Amino acid sequence: MTDAQRIERVWTMVRTVHDPELPYLTVEEMGMVRGVTMRNNQIVVSLTPTYSGCPATDVISEDVENAVKAVEPEAHVEVVLSPAWTTDWILPSAYEKMRAHGIAPPEGQSADRAFLTGQGKVIPCPRCKSKDTLMVSAFGSTACKAHFKCNACLEPFEHFKCI
Amino acid sequence: MTEGQHLQIILRLGDDALVLGQRLSAWCGHGPILEEDIALSNTALDLIGQARNFYTLASSREDQGRDEDQLAFFRTDKEFQNHLLLEQPNGHFGDTIVRQFFFSAFALERYAFLSRQLVDAEVAGIAAKAVKELQYHWEHAAQWIVRLGDGTTESHEKVQASIDHLWSYTGEFFNADEVDAAGAEAGLLPDLEVMRKAWNASVEACLAQATLTRPEDGWMQRGGKQGIHSEHLSYMLAEMQVLPRTYPDATW
Repeated sequence: MTDAQRIERVWTMVRTVHDPELPYLTVEEMGMVRGVTMRNNQIVVSLTPTYSGCPATDVISEDVENAVKAVEPEAHVEVVLSPAWTTDWILPSAYEKMRAHGIAPPEGQSADRAFLTGQGKVIPCPRCKSKDTLMVSAFGSTACKAHFKCNACLEPFEHFKCI
Repeated sequence: MTEGQHLQIILRLGDDALVLGQRLSAWCGHGPILEEDIALSNTALDLIGQARNFYTLASSREDQGRDEDQLAFFRTDKEFQNHLLLEQPNGHFGDTIVRQFFFSAFALERYAFLSRQLVDAEVAGIAAKAVKELQYHWEHAAQWIVRLGDGTTESHEKVQASIDHLWSYTGEFFNADEVDAAGAEAGLLPDLEVMRKAWNASVEACLAQATLTRPEDGWMQRGGKQGIHSEHLSYMLAEMQVLPRTYPDATW
């Protein structure tokens, strides 16, 4: 088997790993997998955590390592902090899945800071699509989400912060 | 900047984040409203995550076989080099918010600098992540300062008293010692006089909006960066460290 084939086989396994906090998304869709490389005949999977203190990071590293070890027993996972993760790396396929699960995906590019004040950017309700929504708190149930409510359908919802 | 000073700088960054993170985490389950409880806990989580990143980096650099947990749980109060402000007790909600407000204004500027410097790429990587988190912490604290300051007579008086009480702990941020000076000369750390100006500008603008009075700069507390702490840190560490010190082989 060539190196390229081994790497592709590992990628196939990495793609089976889901984010424990957002189980309908894979870690690849979250943009957390920086790459799969071969170093001294050993496979290295590089992951970038979403938030410094995200408690899911350790679990994700373990899950990836376990999945990959089925095909490459010597493989290991390394955590890469730089460049820092950004919501711009989330794959487009994740956006529709977030909406389907009641989470408003990040809006626009992370360089736009208007989101911080809750003004200047409209976050549509993922349920009824109304644009009449209000940020209740910039801090939600996990580090990566903010807490919103919809004034039209009155449902609370979460918004994946754009960072 | 010697290798020892470089390591000390990384540990200090970790100590600031850990001590404040530990303090804030005591609000978990005690916040005045549910959203605030979650916000303070999330902020604590960010800070503890930042501390872990700095300790892991320090551990790999010092090569003494101490891992992140040993740095957090098996060092004594005199070995911690955090700023004194961060170990001050939570007090009431206003005290906690003022402490957060003063520190976030400082840490946001410091992380912004650290993320741009080219001396230590790993520190820059940690800072690039942390600066985004600190932006949230700063906004959150600043919004509360305005709400409390420009709120009721009682909230105004209480938060003004918190500001007056904690003000004497803010001078230490800009009081450069040998390590700060060596770090700044090497380009790893910002010039603390430049930081002082930026901090004053952010803090003063927010206090004015909040109809609060900026205290006069008088005598300032110092010593945290040299390991000379207020008694509060020792009690905090005793609680934080008791489990791993009692059961050194415990895993979690």
